[in-house]
Amino acid sequence: MIKIRNIHKSYITGQNSLHVLKGIDLDVHPGEMISVMGASGSGKSTLLNILGILDNYDQGEYLLDGLKISKLSERKAAQLRNKKLGFVFQSFNLISFKNAMENVAMPLYYQNIKRKKRNLMALDYLDRMGIKEWAHHLPNELSGGQKQRVAIARALITNPKVILADEPTGALDSVTSLEVMDHLHEINKSGITMIIVTHEHDIAARTRKTIRITDGLITDIVNN
Amino acid sequence: MFELDKWQEIYSTIKKNKLRTFLTGFSVAWGIFMLIILLGSGNGLENGINENFKGGAINGVWISSGVTNLKYKGMKTGRQIRFKNEDYTMLKNTIPGYDKMSARLFMGNILTSYKNNYGNFYLSPCHPDYGGIKELTILQGRFLNNIDINDFRKVAVIGEKVKAALFKKNDTVALGKYINVNGVLFQVVGIFRDFSRSDNEQQRIYIPISTAQRVFNGNSVINQISFTTGDATPAEADAMVQVARTMLSTKHVVDPKDDRAIEIWNKSEDVRRLNALFAGIRLFIWIIGIGTIIAGVVGVSNIMMISIKERTKEIGIRKALGGTPVSIVMLIVQESIVITAFAGYIGLVLGIGVLEALSRNMPPSDFFRNPEANLGIAIGATALLIVAGTIAGLIPGMKAAKIKPIEALRDE
Repeated sequence: MIKIRNIHKSYITGQNSLHVLKGIDLDVHPGEMISVMGASGSGKSTLLNILGILDNYDQGEYLLDGLKISKLSERKAAQLRNKKLGFVFQSFNLISFKNAMENVAMPLYYQNIKRKKRNLMALDYLDRMGIKEWAHHLPNELSGGQKQRVAIARALITNPKVILADEPTGALDSVTSLEVMDHLHEINKSGITMIIVTHEHDIAARTRKTIRITDGLITDIVNN
Repeated sequence: MFELDKWQEIYSTIKKNKLRTFLTGFSVAWGIFMLIILLGSGNGLENGINENFKGGAINGVWISSGVTNLKYKGMKTGRQIRFKNEDYTMLKNTIPGYDKMSARLFMGNILTSYKNNYGNFYLSPCHPDYGGIKELTILQGRFLNNIDINDFRKVAVIGEKVKAALFKKNDTVALGKYINVNGVLFQVVGIFRDFSRSDNEQQRIYIPISTAQRVFNGNSVINQISFTTGDATPAEADAMVQVARTMLSTKHVVDPKDDRAIEIWNKSEDVRRLNALFAGIRLFIWIIGIGTIIAGVVGVSNIMMISIKERTKEIGIRKALGGTPVSIVMLIVQESIVITAFAGYIGLVLGIGVLEALSRNMPPSDFFRNPEANLGIAIGATALLIVAGTIAGLIPGMKAAKIKPIEALRDE
């Protein structure tokens, strides 16, 4: 599903160049659920941004679902993100003035799906996440766990190939974290490839494979 | 780009940000309001002044004789110049391309009666063309014709006010009746209406100039010659006036520069000058109005810019979820257009409302009447608003499209 070879990425700030990724190779097979661990500044977020086509890379090769991802126009990148990827963030990133249903339906707006239809679909996905009764609440009326479930529903609604989760439990207490992880597991069982960036060992332990990044290189791959 | 869905998306954004939307819209509404008021007032001024020009062709030229004011060829000043029929004939033969021409006698107010009804009315002997030069509307019967002139007929064309004064109660049919003008009976052949504002001009009696000369004066003196210049260009009209002045001053041995001896009023020149003035005023108003609107647009743009800053995260999310740069620009631009157009429309309606109220409650004066904003102005203003909204949204929209999702979504 994901194949990257010798990926390099530097950030240039003024005169200094910060070499963040120093040649990463990684294969993620369809339906796999892996976790990426690493200290802050190790490059794990940068890797996730590149995988999510939110950022480009300087050197190497990236194949997503058989498609070569390089030097895409912003428009093409946005369309690929919309069709193939789902995002789950630590801070949820819901639009504050839209209710849960509208937030979930948002990716479908960019697929030109009619409002009625996409709201129905959004309700269906909220139902699957067990928070249908909160559909008409604004994000600030929801608890952290509920917000994250809205975010997961939003990531799922386009039926993506890969879900990229950046510290999905980072802002949640341990009980809610487990619930969210249960949801992610369930989604993975339905065949969606999942990549979770985390620094919590027990979260990582619940994935099939953990990749450890240190200083811009993969230093360890552990099968859990 | 105009599907219902986009509008709902914009509507929901606007609805959730009411104060911001109000502040943004207010300056635009104000700008349009001011523009409409200014343009309406400009029109009011123009209508007021134009009203004074009614009752007489706008391409008319009036030539009157007077007293010499300049010494010429050894003759002293103060000489009375009198035009005669031959002057009229001379101008008829020499002025190139004129449309209508008539001579007139000034006879002043004359006691006129029909049966037991009396009145003093301004008696104006003239040629048949004068009806056209004065732009009279014939309500009944006809104006004077050449047979009247050639046969010295005693016929009269009277103003509707004259008719109302002389023909009363059971005797309201005036056509064919004989009225007594200073002891001479004239048959009424027509009734006219004059749209000029002066009462005097509406209470006139026109009779054939030939008849008047024979009956009242016994000579061939005339007081005024007037003609219209037809479709002539301003330069051609000026040439006609020049010919008239040259011919008349040569014949009467008057300094061609003596405009007291031969007074010429070229109305088209005044109209031209006024039109230039109005064009200037209109331009000035548009400049001020557009300036006000630009201030409003800059305000909209500024607030949109701030709102983009506030919405960085939202835009980042939209982009991460598949919003293309074009869709982001369009979102902001359309929001801007909706706000500008809606606010502008409110300003437009208010402005027109105020003008209507003014127009109804203010007595028309010589310089101001019927301030109005016509359809053209409304359409122009609407087009201006849409353009303004696009411009106001474009820069913030481009800025929004440049937002990088990773930066926008980075956790603080």
